[in-house]
Amino acid sequence: MKEHTETDDIKADKLTKKFGDLVAVDGISFHVTNGEIFGLLGPNGAGKTTTIKMLTTLLPPTSGDATVAGYDIKKQQNDVRKSIGIVFQDPSLDDDLTGRENLEFHAILYKIGKEKRNEKIAEVLKLVELEDKANVLVKNYSGGMKRRLEIGRGLIHQPKILFLDEPTIGLDPQTRRHIWDYIKKLNETNKTTLILTTHYIEEADYLCNRVAFVDKGKIVALDTPKALKDKLGGDIISLQIGKENQEVFVKILKDLKWVKTISKHDDFVDLTVEEGEKKIPELVVLAGKHNIGIVSVSLHKPSLEDVFIHYTGKTITEEAGNPMDSMRARHSRWNRR
Amino acid sequence: MDTNAIYVLWLRDTKRFIRAKSRIIGMLMMPIFFLLGLGLGLGSLVHLSTGGSYFDFIVPGIIGMSLLFTSIFTGSAVLWDRQFGFLKEILVTPNSRTSIVIGRIFGGGTTAILQSILVVAIALLLGFQIHITALTILALVFMALIAATFIGLGLTLGSLISDFQGFQLVTSFFTMPLFFLSDSIFPASALPTYVQYIIYLNPLTYGVDGLRNALLGTGTFSIWTDLLAMLISTIIMVSIAAYAFSKTEVG
Repeated sequence: MKEHTETDDIKADKLTKKFGDLVAVDGISFHVTNGEIFGLLGPNGAGKTTTIKMLTTLLPPTSGDATVAGYDIKKQQNDVRKSIGIVFQDPSLDDDLTGRENLEFHAILYKIGKEKRNEKIAEVLKLVELEDKANVLVKNYSGGMKRRLEIGRGLIHQPKILFLDEPTIGLDPQTRRHIWDYIKKLNETNKTTLILTTHYIEEADYLCNRVAFVDKGKIVALDTPKALKDKLGGDIISLQIGKENQEVFVKILKDLKWVKTISKHDDFVDLTVEEGEKKIPELVVLAGKHNIGIVSVSLHKPSLEDVFIHYTGKTITEEAGNPMDSMRARHSRWNRR
Repeated sequence: MDTNAIYVLWLRDTKRFIRAKSRIIGMLMMPIFFLLGLGLGLGSLVHLSTGGSYFDFIVPGIIGMSLLFTSIFTGSAVLWDRQFGFLKEILVTPNSRTSIVIGRIFGGGTTAILQSILVVAIALLLGFQIHITALTILALVFMALIAATFIGLGLTLGSLISDFQGFQLVTSFFTMPLFFLSDSIFPASALPTYVQYIIYLNPLTYGVDGLRNALLGTGTFSIWTDLLAMLISTIIMVSIAAYAFSKTEVG
């Protein structure tokens, strides 16, 4: 792991939160670099949201330390709050106000003057494509519109660091894709440091520069999505060549340095290799040279899910939610109507 | 003190109040029934030992009651808000917790006063007679102080209690005695001495007595005693609320 440097926007050091006997976050340490998209990936109840709440000063840690934008989360809460924006997992808009009012109130809370305020509101409404709905009460918004408004609201005061807690939970695939694109654009154009929690594999894979796997309050692995997947030993190529050719072909393959493992089943030969898509042509040529006919070829890329299973022995989504989660879900359903 | 936060919270409550027409009607139903049932209905049988009409006597009491109920309810909404809503958004902004408490009290207070003015208007239609003097304007001050005291109590309860079921129980544990152990619907002098002591410890007693002094020109204590008592209770309750709220954790 890299040394901590001056350009780290977030440094967490053995951050711990206990609720009675329950250890929600168990000595988490990590750092997030300036301009990075950093993901906390894990099942519900893993401690992701609690970690975010500690970093955003909503919950005091039981023990451990952290700095956000260089400020101590325990001693310099107001400075931390000035440097960050957050998009919560649960809806935190006021349904009885219009979209514009929600943004306006937010801007006033960050002491942005009237002229600058109107300018930023117009800019953000354009970004999240809600210009024509700005004066409609939020209770008449769809789930996707609300989510976009919340993300927009988090940007009004141009935070250095933006926290996104499950930014696309409960959204349809199209809206999700849309929001992913916003997040990427935001990171590229404004150089905003983004830290997001998610239990969607694709989300972490698509968006994050680095991902931390969180399970039972601990980080079990932390690296770039690619490096995490490579740790499993690479891609799996299955070649269907017929039983009679298996022996010969395995012998040939054993001489190749880039083949990591070889196994036979039915009339298949399975190999683990790195960058499988580049190796397929070579294998086809090789088989042709030895007069071995290939019936079919398939390539399986390991997903982050495979990696998560490797580290924890379970899938990310299998854990049942706690009662508070289902209450929250119910509440957000009411809000969505 | 962060005036921006106070302003936003006040503006939010006021906008919501003006927009929620059905909610306003709903909140007025209970005071209307009390005015009709207790004030006119039961009042026709009652002769006050202190003299005057029972209807006139009870109108300030019913204003006090509607202020008590709405204020505790408004303040305690923080419990729901804390778990699900807009409050979290405010708590991560760089504004002090005390400003947030004060903003809520201003917002809740404004709507509670508007509601009370509507109750007075309805009472006037039903025959309530205001004795207008220079001090009548103090009725608004008493309404504001009653609201601030009990929004403070509601905020304290909402900050301390975290489960929803227990919360219902605790609020009714507070509201019912506060209402009945005041001289809102009967003169305190009618009760045994030891009950009177309790009544004189209840801020609502002074709030309602202040309203009687302001609106009817007659009361148990002097209007200045009432004012002093309400100022003290407001300062105490708002301070407790600010402290309890600053300790609250977002779930």
